[in-house]
Amino acid sequence: MGMLKKKQRREAEIPTSSMADIAFLLLIFFLVTTTIDVDTGIGMTLPPELDEEIDPPPVKERNLLKILINEQGQVLLEDLPSSVAQIRGEVRTHVTNNDVDQRYSETPRKAVVSIKTDRQTPYNMYIQTMDEVWMAYFEIWDTEARSLGFLNYQEYRSSLEDSKENEIRSKWPAQISLAEPDPGGGE
Amino acid sequence: MAHFTKKSKAKPEISTASLPDIIFMLLIFFMVTTVLREQEVQVRTILPQAEALTKIEQKRYVSYVWMGPEKLRGNRFGETRVQIDDAVVEDMTNIRLIMYRKLTVEPRLIVSLRVDEESEMGIVTDVQQELRKGGTLRINYSSKRDISNL
Repeated sequence: MGMLKKKQRREAEIPTSSMADIAFLLLIFFLVTTTIDVDTGIGMTLPPELDEEIDPPPVKERNLLKILINEQGQVLLEDLPSSVAQIRGEVRTHVTNNDVDQRYSETPRKAVVSIKTDRQTPYNMYIQTMDEVWMAYFEIWDTEARSLGFLNYQEYRSSLEDSKENEIRSKWPAQISLAEPDPGGGE
Repeated sequence: MAHFTKKSKAKPEISTASLPDIIFMLLIFFMVTTVLREQEVQVRTILPQAEALTKIEQKRYVSYVWMGPEKLRGNRFGETRVQIDDAVVEDMTNIRLIMYRKLTVEPRLIVSLRVDEESEMGIVTDVQQELRKGGTLRINYSSKRDISNL
């Protein structure tokens, strides 16, 4: 028994000096493979598939702002040739009209912006148009948020709790309609 | 002068004891943020630029659809094609089923359309019609921030 007691216990130790090197190596690997790309884009919700038997709800002509982009990328705004830069202002006037002008919408809730394209329309033009329409809504929301005492719409939205309704958006809903493609337009 | 030479020089040393901890912290950060690219994109997608951008915060809900000219050998580009996951879609009518299956797995699915800016609307409309048939209505036109206007 005495012999056992005498035996010196060696402390078990793992050398930690190389720990930093190992961690560095892993770090470099992940640094190289990481791509921190935030996915940004223009969000949309497509209309559900049309039921053949039920007609889509009618929209009064004056509540509809029609934007047409042809195959050369030219813009027709309410049947008038115009430029992409004009869209934003026109959408704002249309949505914020509140029954003032007979040619524009009755109420913001009824206002619809319709975008129609050809099969040959350049995608870039479509995105630019979409961008202008969304920017118009963003500007309207910003104005509304400022009148509520916020710095901008972004600030208003982050101040909302999850359960609370986004009142600005329900007051000024972005109703963008993508026109049904012509049936004969396919290949 | 003697006064100066007598001054004992303390060796300046930075303690390296916390170095592994710092490195580990960085390591863990990058491990968490890393998304290993599992798909190889076979079509060219130069994204358009836009201003009215929103960020997709929940990346796990996102499913990508690439559209653009097919990459061919020798830096040439072919016809405009649609790619979902890791395969080029040959028959457009398959898209509705692919998307429907994805939607049953993840009901909050967002389809990110990564379309080359030189594409035409025809193919985009076709894909959109398929997405509607599949019931995946939340889409996102992937675009880059317009740097020229800043």
